Amino acid sequence: MQERVKAKAIELLENGACDRVLGWKAGEFFYDVTPAVFTSREEIENEFVYGPFCGANQSKYLIAESRKGGRVGAFLKPCDTCSFQQLQKEHRILRENVYAVGVQCAGMCDIEAVKAAGMKGILGAEDQGEALLVRTMYGDRTMDRAAALAERCKVCKSRKLLGCDEIIGDQGEELASARFDEVARLEAMTPDERFAFWRNELSRCIRCNACRNVCPACSCEKCVFDNPDSGAENKAAANSFEENLFHIIRAFHVAGRCTDCGECSRVCPQHIPLHLLNRKFIKDINELYGDYQAGADMETRPPLVNFQTDDPEPSIVHERGTNR
Amino acid sequence: MKKLPVSQLQALFAAIAADRKLYIPAGEAKTAAFTLWREGLELTAALNTNRSGKDLFFPQVENLVDFKVTGKQIEVIESRDPAEPFVIFGVRACDCRSFDILDKVFLCDPVDSYYETRRKHATVVTLACTEPEETCFCTALGIDPTDPAGDVSGWMADGWLYLRANTEKGEALLASLPMLKDGEKPEQDKSVFDRLPLKELDWSAFGGEHMMERFHSPEWASLAESCLGCGTCTFVCPTCQCYDVKDFKTSGGVKRFRCWDSCMYSDFTLMSAGQPRPTQLERFRQRFMHKLVYYPSSHEGEFGCVGCGRCLQKCPISMNIVKVARTLGEEAKA
Amino acid sequence: MRPDALIPMVAQVTAIRQDTPDVKTFQVVGLDGRKPFLHIPGQCAMLSMPGIGEALFSITSSPTNEEHLEFSIKKCGCVTDWLHAVEPGQQVTLRGPYGNGFPVDTAFAGKDLVFVAGGIGLAPLRSVINYVRHYRDRYGSVDIVYGSRSKADLVDYQEILDEWCKEDGISVHLTIDNPQPDWDGHVGFVPNYVKELGFDTGKTVIMCGPPVMIKFTLAGLMEQGFPREQIYTTLELRMKCALGRCGRCNIGDKYVCKDGPVFRLDQLDQLPDEY
Repeated sequence: MQERVKAKAIELLENGACDRVLGWKAGEFFYDVTPAVFTSREEIENEFVYGPFCGANQSKYLIAESRKGGRVGAFLKPCDTCSFQQLQKEHRILRENVYAVGVQCAGMCDIEAVKAAGMKGILGAEDQGEALLVRTMYGDRTMDRAAALAERCKVCKSRKLLGCDEIIGDQGEELASARFDEVARLEAMTPDERFAFWRNELSRCIRCNACRNVCPACSCEKCVFDNPDSGAENKAAANSFEENLFHIIRAFHVAGRCTDCGECSRVCPQHIPLHLLNRKFIKDINELYGDYQAGADMETRPPLVNFQTDDPEPSIVHERGTNR
Repeated sequence: MKKLPVSQLQALFAAIAADRKLYIPAGEAKTAAFTLWREGLELTAALNTNRSGKDLFFPQVENLVDFKVTGKQIEVIESRDPAEPFVIFGVRACDCRSFDILDKVFLCDPVDSYYETRRKHATVVTLACTEPEETCFCTALGIDPTDPAGDVSGWMADGWLYLRANTEKGEALLASLPMLKDGEKPEQDKSVFDRLPLKELDWSAFGGEHMMERFHSPEWASLAESCLGCGTCTFVCPTCQCYDVKDFKTSGGVKRFRCWDSCMYSDFTLMSAGQPRPTQLERFRQRFMHKLVYYPSSHEGEFGCVGCGRCLQKCPISMNIVKVARTLGEEAKA
Repeated sequence: MRPDALIPMVAQVTAIRQDTPDVKTFQVVGLDGRKPFLHIPGQCAMLSMPGIGEALFSITSSPTNEEHLEFSIKKCGCVTDWLHAVEPGQQVTLRGPYGNGFPVDTAFAGKDLVFVAGGIGLAPLRSVINYVRHYRDRYGSVDIVYGSRSKADLVDYQEILDEWCKEDGISVHLTIDNPQPDWDGHVGFVPNYVKELGFDTGKTVIMCGPPVMIKFTLAGLMEQGFPREQIYTTLELRMKCALGRCGRCNIGDKYVCKDGPVFRLDQLDQLPDEY
């Protein structure tokens, strides 16, 4: 795949479709790739990489990139294309300044998942079909290839590439995903158990804002939490409960717009399963308003900003709350 | 030197915790943290904690002072947390060096008494490394991970924990632990540290004398271009110490507290008169210049980095001090 | 518990003078009614109102004022908005003094001095000017070039007219940006006026004002051949601690709160241009 993506990047620059392309630069190791902008064939040939660790959702960069003048090329995975369309729907990305290449995806690996399998001193990895051979400072070891996948890829919801100018690989289909299983498990808890679960998870938060800053749905020019004039500026909370509210407020703010791209949990340095908050909202929206996938198309009105006479009444909150 | 079978660690922790608080690195590998010891709490299998040991001396949030405001009158009320003696066990050599770096910031005149109080009340027990991660590069910064500093240095080998007191505080701690026996630690096989991929990092392009050249490098633009402007690198960093002072209105008055701040944040230097670091490029540059140029310039060439590798592991876009050092180092040579 | 530099003392505002539509000068004393601390001209202090915030201000009064400290403060943010609304008798918190101050007893001694200020930039220089007036025989000639948008925006206008202008050996050169009916003085921007006045390049220049004024005045002074070692300015960046720790007021390896706020031009030349 790397060679096809690189060749396409060079082609886009040379045929004038774009004057720069967004891609990845290799790092010190095989897994620590960094998003980067490329402007020449030489740069692409020497530094561009594309592989199983290029998991970052680059669609958010397109908000700024599409406003810099000229045209930027981007390589988007199926889940990224959802964010890409959603951001267009919110009028954040200027579509005409982007050349979107959809890249079919078999799931991206997450180095944290490799570490979670007990690997230490990781120097390399080799695909061996069902298995992943991991080269470490302490010898070669193998692990289940599927276990190395990012959480969102383990429960991939769709391989459909949406709204791209062209596609590398085959067009994919929506998949039967088990992504709500974990949410259902939380729903089955008693309120006290659930409260304890979240208090424990959120207690690790260091308020680094990585979740917010990486989130394509968090695209406010100035976040209320950063704005001294908002009355809600909050760099560090005076107590831990207030700290927890940061995440809950953020989940409310992205509700109906979150595409479940999973970046929040991927970047959390403290491994807080933030995506579960967002998934709970998505599951509720599906149940209350009918299935809805943010960014799936450009037309459907988002249920939370659309009124219909058969919408559930506010009392639903009370009813659902007491039923459990 | 003293020794104790590793199987008796819990008894050792219980003895230490009998008359002071004890913090040990605990928890599953991906969320390991210095945790207040309670019966049965075991050392983590992780090499290091997510957050560094600096938290115990420079916590993310701490009370500075309270005020009571009545009409036009203001009353100042001491509200700092009470200081208690504590032991921090299992600090790695990198984090231990970071305490020296923070000391130079907080203990110079006028002394930061909040930090100083915690430092005075703490006994630091380090633990030598045996299985480094690929992201470790303390050896490239002159730190010996097999001979860590601290009030007490510790080693684990062949089922034994060996402890050596380095300071009076350390001697007092060991003397209070009757279960320790005399012993000498075996020679450690250090060959694994020669296989560290980052061991030869070259820092010669950095230091105060290179301030203007490094500051004006055109490479900052591409290094900073995908930075998200989050504070992850600064908050997991054992040597980052920038802070904010904030007021919080309580029902009875005003609490003035200090909290970690990040030079990566857009409002860090924002003033009503303007913004000296208007884009992420300037903020990003500030962070690395501080570690590699400004700090050494003010502190006899010592770098403000200890090679713990946390920023390598935690940056959402995998941009870190090693990539900066490589890129600017190569540029300096060219 | 030992005291900490971050814990302020309580002080009291005893008098407030409206200087311009958006500048007020506050007289501050300790709770014992006396001046809270000694300082050097050019040094600053942290003023705060608990619950509103803390901010750094230059001390406008001269050390030779033994009764109180004075702060001339422009209304431009959260703390200053609050200060502009208070009445005499209001308590505030205070800590300081911070920074290096001007070398009034060393480098300036015996020198001919040219003060160049724009707008609220007069505030930190007023401390030096009144110090120099008090020890007049220690210095050579004194020129003060001061400009503002309009006559109403000239800070300390009454003191300038009543005291500075009447003193022997001090030449005051006032200017405003645009002509107005009740103004018969000079009209034009400060940089051009400084150029027109054509000061001897042996004089020592002390400047404070908006960045654009500094920039063009400097260009003019360089053109005239002033050595960079003879030009001083005072800077302001955001600060939280004023102790060289909170990490935001550095310019290269120097902290404005500790190593500054007063810098000589040749010292600034050694630092990155990030202020």
